[in-house]
Amino acid sequence: MNVVHYFFQNHEEILELTLGHLWLVGISTLFAVLIGIPLGILSAHYPVWNKPVLGTANIIQTVPSLALFGFLLPVPWIGARADRLAILALTLYALLPIIRNTYTGIRGVDPFVVEAGRGMGLTDRQLLFQVELPLAVSVILSGVRVAVVVSIGLATIAAAIGAGGLGEFIFRGLAMVNNELILAGAIPAAILALSADFGLGWVERRLRPR
Amino acid sequence: MERVPANGPVIEFRGVAYTLPNGRPLLHDLNLEVQPGETLILLGRSGSGKTTTLKLVNRLLTPSAGEIRVNGGLTTESDVIRLRRGMGYVIQDVGLLPHLTVERNIGLVPRIEGWPADRIRLRVEELLQLVGLDSQIRSRYPHQLSGGQRQRVGVARALAADPPILLMDEPFGALDALTRDQLQREFRALQQRLQKTVVFVTHDLREALRLGSRIALMEAGRLVAVLSPQDFLQSKDPLAAAYVQACGDGLDSVINRGTP
Repeated sequence: MNVVHYFFQNHEEILELTLGHLWLVGISTLFAVLIGIPLGILSAHYPVWNKPVLGTANIIQTVPSLALFGFLLPVPWIGARADRLAILALTLYALLPIIRNTYTGIRGVDPFVVEAGRGMGLTDRQLLFQVELPLAVSVILSGVRVAVVVSIGLATIAAAIGAGGLGEFIFRGLAMVNNELILAGAIPAAILALSADFGLGWVERRLRPR
Repeated sequence: MERVPANGPVIEFRGVAYTLPNGRPLLHDLNLEVQPGETLILLGRSGSGKTTTLKLVNRLLTPSAGEIRVNGGLTTESDVIRLRRGMGYVIQDVGLLPHLTVERNIGLVPRIEGWPADRIRLRVEELLQLVGLDSQIRSRYPHQLSGGQRQRVGVARALAADPPILLMDEPFGALDALTRDQLQREFRALQQRLQKTVVFVTHDLREALRLGSRIALMEAGRLVAVLSPQDFLQSKDPLAAAYVQACGDGLDSVINRGTP
């Protein structure tokens, strides 16, 4: 009951931090998509790039998140503001699932279909945009979905470096040993993650080629 | 496309060899000419090099030695995209794009060639009629079609931009006997009307005799003989004779004598 009471009393701050949280996740996902999809295409088309690209993304993934925030702190311009730093870290984490799924999705396109397209006289560019990407889009999107869900969780840690978001409540609650405060951060974060998972999953099914 | 020299061959192989990057040779010293308006059959079992030969024409493969000329121009020196758009390509699994409707599949090349939308629509209509499909089918997706329908759409798509050359790689191979028979019949009638230069790959002698004006028999990467259907049946060549024997009687009646 106390939790509900707390939510009603603080709905403005909860809303504000939720929006801040969404902003961190949204911007970093956008960057990760803009970087990750071209890298995935590159490694699918040129196998030489496959190992270095996926290897690097894999290594980034293994760095503990708090440590990554720490590592990035001394980087000029980035380290100067907490939200820049948080966005960079979240972008780096989101790369792996997006690159990997783009790679898998494009490699998974039926080679006969690609060859037929090539035989018809499609240029490499037309093959990519009219054949490969449309056929791989649901696999790519499922990578984006994983990235978003993971980012929503990870973004709570960004509060540790003062980047805001729902983690504010959680860290404040931990410091004050106050469960209501912790839940005020954790519950909206969980709802965000579940709705992102559900919503993007729905879009993914709609786009799946028959 | 370059001008077609009068009476010259449309496609010409001169000493062509193809070797895989790993050093395995697939084709040896191939010399072959395809005349305008004929249906040249490449007949052979799997691994004989017939599909390789076909893919050398539209440069899905590049020859390791020798030269291939299309309409007099070297394929290795021409713009590969223009070269390919000058020939229709039909393969066994059709290669219809699964995410596009029948209409968009057929209209793909015209669309990237920049035809206006209503001209494409008319052309699709015309082609559906030509290959014997109901125009209702245009909004369906490939997975909603039967094998025979898909194959017809594949032929329609290859004809879309009205290329003078058709390359067909076992186009009717995956169909049931009845549908295959029907499509072969229709293909023969269609070919009489359109007079395209066709290179047609098959392993089925019956199909070769039925559709071909000449049959190029291949084995283990070599061209064994080029024969007319009548000559093929009489041939003393041991391989040709073995094909005839394996097929049994009644072959004489299927021969393409120019009447549908």
